[in-house]
Order: sequence, then C-alpha cells, then structure tokens
Amino acid sequence: MSDPGSLVLIAILAIPAAAAAVLALLPDDRTSAWINALASFLTLACAAVLLVERPAPGPFLIVDDLNVVFIVLSTFVAFTTSVFSGTYIAHELEVGKLTPTYLRFYHAMYQTLMFGMNLALLSNNVGLMWVAVELSTLTTVLMVGIYRTPAALEAAWKYFLLGSVGIALALFGTILVYLAARSVVGEGLDAMAWSVLADNAAAFDPALLNLSFVFLLLGYGTKVGLVPLHAWLPDAHAEGPTPISAVLSGLLLNVALFAVLRFKTIMSANPAALAPGPLMVSLGLLSVVFAAFMLYRRQDIKRLFAYSSIEHMGIITFAFGMGGPLANFAGLLHMTLHSLTKSAIFFCVGHIAQVKGTQQMSEIRGLTVSHPVLGWGLVLGVVAIAGLPPTGIFMSEFLVITSSFARQPVLALILGLALLVGFGALLLRLNGLAFGAPQGSSEPAKASFVPVAAHLGLVLCAGVWLPPALVAWFQHVARLLS
Amino acid sequence: MDRLALDVAHLFAGSLVLVSFMLLYQDRMTGLINTFAMHALVVSFSVAWQAYIQLAPHLYITAAIALGVKAVVIPFALHRIVVRLGIHRTIEPVVGIGQTMLAGIGLVALSIMVMLPITAQAGTLAREDLAFALSVILLGLLMMVSRRNAVSQVIGFMSIENGLILAATGAKGMPLVVEISVAFSILIALIVIGIFLFRIRERFETVDIYVLHQHRGEQP
Repeated sequence: MSDPGSLVLIAILAIPAAAAAVLALLPDDRTSAWINALASFLTLACAAVLLVERPAPGPFLIVDDLNVVFIVLSTFVAFTTSVFSGTYIAHELEVGKLTPTYLRFYHAMYQTLMFGMNLALLSNNVGLMWVAVELSTLTTVLMVGIYRTPAALEAAWKYFLLGSVGIALALFGTILVYLAARSVVGEGLDAMAWSVLADNAAAFDPALLNLSFVFLLLGYGTKVGLVPLHAWLPDAHAEGPTPISAVLSGLLLNVALFAVLRFKTIMSANPAALAPGPLMVSLGLLSVVFAAFMLYRRQDIKRLFAYSSIEHMGIITFAFGMGGPLANFAGLLHMTLHSLTKSAIFFCVGHIAQVKGTQQMSEIRGLTVSHPVLGWGLVLGVVAIAGLPPTGIFMSEFLVITSSFARQPVLALILGLALLVGFGALLLRLNGLAFGAPQGSSEPAKASFVPVAAHLGLVLCAGVWLPPALVAWFQHVARLLS
Repeated sequence: MDRLALDVAHLFAGSLVLVSFMLLYQDRMTGLINTFAMHALVVSFSVAWQAYIQLAPHLYITAAIALGVKAVVIPFALHRIVVRLGIHRTIEPVVGIGQTMLAGIGLVALSIMVMLPITAQAGTLAREDLAFALSVILLGLLMMVSRRNAVSQVIGFMSIENGLILAATGAKGMPLVVEISVAFSILIALIVIGIFLFRIRERFETVDIYVLHQHRGEQP
C-alpha cells in the first residue's frame, strides 16, 4: 500500500475525516468555512489524481472505471458547495438562524458526510458500503434538523424513519447476497468484495439473488427517492440548510443509485436470475410521471426543486434500467449534468430565500429585475433542468428517449409526455419567480456567484460541445455496465 | 453440526419471533419498553449461541453490545424519557390490536413461504434463521406503521435491527458483522438521544407523529 495511487486513495478518505475532527474542535466560524472549502478542494485534487493513477483493488477499497466517474463528480460538487456554503452560512449567522456552536457542528458534519459518501463510492465490500451509506444518512438527518423549527424536526424525523427502514432492508439484501456468494466463493471477506462478486456472479444461486435484489432495490431505492419511497425527500430538501439540499440532490441520491447499479451488474452477470432492468424501468418511470404532475402543486421553492430531483432520478433509473451502451451512456451523462444543474439551482435558491426571507413562491416575484445576477442564474438553471436546448440536459434526455424508442416505444412515449408535463410546470413557476414586477425585499444579495457560474457553464458547454475524451470515457463505462 | 446445537439456535430464533408478537399487543409504554428489553435479551442469547457453535469469538462482541446497549441502557433511557414526557400510559394504535396480530401472522407465514424454498442450498442453520429473521423484520415494520407514537416507532425500528442481527449471525462466516452491529448501535443511540435532545414534547406538547404532520408547510 505504498504506491502513489493507494496513498491518494487513502487521502480521499483521510482528508474529510481529519477535517471533520479539526472543524469539530475549532471555535472560529470564519476560518472554519475556509477550512471546509480547503479540505473539499484537497479531496477534489486527490480524486482527480485517480483519473491517471489507479491503485490495485484491495480487500476494502477499490477504484474501477465506474466509481471514478462518481467520485470525481462527487468531490467536485462537494467543493463548489463548500464555497457556496461559506457565504450562505455567514448570512445565517448574521440573522441569528444558527449559533456558532451549531455552525461548528454543521461544518464537522459536512466533512463527515463527504467521508461517508467517498467511502461508499470507493468501498470494495458490500458491508462496508452499507455502513458508509448509513453514516451519510445519519449526518444528513442531523443537518436537516439543524434549524430545530417544528417543520425541520418533522422533516428530520421522517427522513430518519424512512431512511433507517430503507437501509435496514438494504442490509437484509446485503446478507442475502453474501449467502448467495458464500456457497461459491467460500466464507470470509471475499464473499463480500465487489471485484470477486462481479466475477463469480454467474454461478450464484439465482433464487437468492432475486430476493436480495428486491430488498436492495427497495432499500437503496428509498435513498434514491424513487416513488413510492420518496416521502422523505421533499421535506428534507425544504427544511434543511440549502447547501445540504444541494448536496442531497447532487450527490447523496447518486451514491444510493451507485449502490443499486453495483448490484444490478451482479444481477445481470447471472443469466438465470431475474432481469433487474424492468424493475428499475418501472420504478423510474413511475417516479418521473408522479413527480411531473406533483410539480404543479408546489408552493415552496425548495420543494419544487426537490420534486424535480425525484423526476430526474427517475429518468436516470429508467435509463440504467433500459440498459445497453447507449441508454447507459445517456444515464451517466444525465446523472452528471443533473448533479451540476440541480446544485447550481439550489445555490441560487439559497441566496434568493435569504434575500427575500421566504421560500413561498407566491411571495417571490420579478427576480431578474430586483436581483439580475441571481435571477438570471435561476432562469438559466431552470431552463437547463427543464431540458431546453442548447443545454446538456436536453441532449441526455433526448438520448434516453431515442435509445428506448427503438426497444420500448410505449414506455419512451410515456416518458416523453411526462417530461413535457414537468417542463410546463417548471416554466410556469419560473415565469412567476423571475419576471414581472419585483415583490419583497430587493436589497443586494451577498452571494457567491462563482459556483453557480462554474456549474451552469459546464452544463451549457456539455450541450454544445462534449470533449471527445469524456465521451470515450463514458462510453467505456456504459459498455462495462451493459 | 449436531442436532442439539441447531435446535437451541432455532429455539432462540423462534422465541424472538414470539417476543416480536408480544411487542405488537402491548398497550402501555412501560410494558412495551420492558418487552423490548426482553427482545434484545433473546437476541443477545441467540448471537452468543451462534458464536459458540460457529466457533466465532468475535460474535461475542455483538452479543455483548446487544445485551449491554439494547437490553439495559436503551430501555433505561427510554423509561426516563417516557416518565419525563409523561406518556407512560398512552399508546394509540392506528388499527386495532386484533387486526395487527392477524396481519402479523400473515407476515410470518409469508416470510416462511418466501424464505424456505429459496434458501434450500444455504444450509440448515441459515435456512430457518433467515425465515425467522425476515419474520422479525416484517413484524417490526408492521409495528412502525401501526403505531403513531414516536417512542413505539423507535422500538419497532430496534426490533427490525434485532432481526437483522439475527440474519447476519445466521449467515455463517459473514465478515463485518461486529462492525455493522456497532454502526447500528450508534444509529440507535442517536435516535434515542435525538428524541431526548430535541425534546419533541417541549415543542409539540406530544410525541404523537400525527400531530407532527400538522406542522407541515403544505399538504402533499
């Protein structure tokens, strides 16, 4: 474990863990926001090294083509969110919504969450991954409830109960996977290692695998926010601090989806086992349709975008469920772009809610007049998330639909219609929020625009020109998945 | 593995299902907490027995955690919370006890019918244990949905967790069982601390989840 790759691998986990310890002890809030951003940046730098230096898989940690995509995306969004969080939290402190003690806790939890997510992505062991997902669930529960208002407590409690039941089901599924592997691989750590499981999956008992996948899909699917297991998601997004909403939507949902994908590859490697695709396609489609209609009835701006996250996680699950190189490619691309766009939207929404002092959409009007930068940032973000060309999401949604048209025209049609319905709701809301006569406070916002600009710039760029290296890389991963 | 060892293992696993049923019909908070302590006690015996017959000494740690944390510390803390909040008499089931018990019987039948055919190759020990474990998990879920009270929901969740520990120890040679049980204990400790620290009572005058729903900003 002394080659540079392994050291970097350890660093990706050690930096957030050490930063969490430091931040928990450090009383000064100004420096702690800086340390938070610095630690996130260092983690991102280490993750970028993994693109070129790849350590050999160990018994607990692994870097392969699939999780590199996730880890780089995850650390990038974590870094930009930590920059946004600095200005956001400074405002919360000013208006007294958070005390310095809670702030210390907040920063420590932020880094603990990063540790949990990175560990979940890098683990080569189904049990370890489960523990890591549990850790990240717990930290987000604590952060959702940090304002301690009745609504925040309810949201945290609901998230907690549903999340715990979800991970409990996932653990039962994990135990069943171990049992299926044990008779082939033998007892011990090997029977829980991804690399070993994926290679030997063809010989596993199909009945056990089938049952385990049902539990795993329901368990981790709760964390993905798939309908009908989504009840916690809007509340958790709406009541917690906005940086956490950005991280939840942009990263944590992906981590849970990553877990489902890992198990899906095991399932598909076994010819006698149930095909996992149809299950994922139906849950995904249900989520898209449900969320698209629910978008119309939202009054709270953060809930609106939380439902939009359910919709997009549905699209991604649908794409991966469809399978095949093209649909997988579209799913990966959509996941990346959704993370970037949705967190950029939450950055804007966070500042908007702070300036206006409310999350009710009826009380926010004319943002492009009163706060041109924030307003247009939101417009761009919503246009991107609604899937209008020339943004990247248009392209990925287009790919998802066209690739499934060839095989399941009816499903593709339903998906397309649901997307249109959701599109209408978003533009309707956007019109009220961004244009017209300004309403509410119009004092200038102390906002950090760099993260928003960076994310939206990338999304726009992806719509116009995708670097060939990225395309080749995603195509390679997509082939591995299918 | 000799017959007696298996029989004793099944005895413990079966008693766990029985205690799960007892949890379902408790109508007083004190009784519920005491029954849960019994649940944890049975699971710790079961794990200790597995440690003994599988010659897996690390499982004794899991057994000790189950005994120390879940059978002693948590019930003690819950008793204190219940007395502080003054809710030791009231458990409001969403559906009647009779229907809940019937549903519970159905769930046990379901889990046996699902697990036994599937696990035919998994070895006798794992086979029955898994069927019992799934029953305990489903009964715990049933308890969580059939009770409104926050403390009873937590107890339902902890009984699910006991079922999972039973399943994990029944899967012979499974690595990381101790780590997973430690992670679970942290989770549970946090829930209990959460109820206590957030003092739901202070803010809502109740720990009834039904009342919590009224604080939502908008209805779905």
